[in-house]
Amino acid sequence: MEFWTEIGLPAFALPGLLNYWVAIILMMIGFYTVMAHENLIKKVIGLNIFQAAVFVLYISMAKVDGGTAPILGDDIEVYSNPLPHVLILTAIVVGIATTALGLALIVRIRDAYGTIEEEEIRAAEQEAGT
Amino acid sequence: MNSHSVVRVVTKLLMPFIFIYALYVQFHGDFGPGGGFQAGVIFASGFVLYTLVFGLENARRVAPAWLTRTALGLGVLIFAGTGIASMIYGGLYLDYSALAHDPHHGQHLGILIVELGVGITVAAAMISLFLVFAGQDKDD
Amino acid sequence: MFMLATALAIVRLRNLFASAMLTGIYSLLAASLFVVMDAVDVAFTEAAVGAGISMVLFLGTLALVKGKDRASRPKDVLPLIVAIATGAVLLYGTLDMPSYGDPNAPIHHHVADLYLDEGGSETGVPNIVTVVLASYRGYDTLGETTVVFTAAIAVMLLLGRARRRPRKNGKKIDAIDPEAPV
Repeated sequence: MEFWTEIGLPAFALPGLLNYWVAIILMMIGFYTVMAHENLIKKVIGLNIFQAAVFVLYISMAKVDGGTAPILGDDIEVYSNPLPHVLILTAIVVGIATTALGLALIVRIRDAYGTIEEEEIRAAEQEAGT
Repeated sequence: MNSHSVVRVVTKLLMPFIFIYALYVQFHGDFGPGGGFQAGVIFASGFVLYTLVFGLENARRVAPAWLTRTALGLGVLIFAGTGIASMIYGGLYLDYSALAHDPHHGQHLGILIVELGVGITVAAAMISLFLVFAGQDKDD
Repeated sequence: MFMLATALAIVRLRNLFASAMLTGIYSLLAASLFVVMDAVDVAFTEAAVGAGISMVLFLGTLALVKGKDRASRPKDVLPLIVAIATGAVLLYGTLDMPSYGDPNAPIHHHVADLYLDEGGSETGVPNIVTVVLASYRGYDTLGETTVVFTAAIAVMLLLGRARRRPRKNGKKIDAIDPEAPV
């Protein structure tokens, strides 16, 4: 925060909730990508963006002013909250595993339909149905 | 990328450091940042580097399918087995205090073993994910 | 801030290869942000996973399916409206949240105090994240390890040897033999 005042921006340029707002905007970018894009890989990338935004939100909540990383030391009094760190740590690894699963499904979908565009898949489905 | 000798030599130089670093992260996780999840991923990324430079054939010789698959299950079994072991020693499931005479040592030991299990599973999972994706033959 | 720019670039870019590369940069930026917010363990994982493995997986998939994001422009504005509306509601929700870094926020006084005070003395391990991960929330971690295990198995089943079947002129292939060896 000092950084902003040093370079001449007024202190109110960085209100206390800014981190949450950035996380939410990132989340919405990911959400929009998932909804608007036809390409399945692009959708998975959008999900990834969304996911990372949630991580940022959680870690922002864990931050304590003047605290350090939660590794006990002799003359340190304030630590940031370890609980969200633990949750996000495992979430990242689980996230990559599920992303890999999604990508594997995409590869199989391309095998079956020859395309990874949602509309074309739907068209192929209807063709097969009639 | 097989023919670039610079890449090959540099990779060979880097490999031991990456793996030793992974092991350091694994067993030093109690005192500094690190632990099973990170160590597993670092180990796997070292392996990915090897595969990219030396090719799939060699990589499959180092880590055949049966090995990664066994390791995948082994890690989960170590984790769950630690829980059973602490039950046998008279504690609750995953209550490491029962593992040694001194609860402190028990906790420390339990955390170490459990992290090892996590590390093995994550490393095996990432390596097999990568190999399966890379091992696809590109049709058409 | 850089994350915002990167994310926007990812969405706009039509070249899937470039967007896959940008996801790596995005993850690296997220990791450095985590360091700033004192979450070293998380930053460590995010850097290794996001910038390393996940990008490799995306590129691997692209090598298999190759292709560009052909949809020229998202046609309808409905997704945009939905996204903006959801974002507005969430932003309104943050107004009630304690400000960033506030040591009196309720999240810091539920169980976190206990972990920080007792964790070190109960286990003799100074890294509290490791303590909570492996000891206090051991069940969680066991479950998450199992999820990773299951996902890896599922990917192996999906992309195993069963896939290497000749395709019929690029049309739909037959149902996959569920008994096929992996």
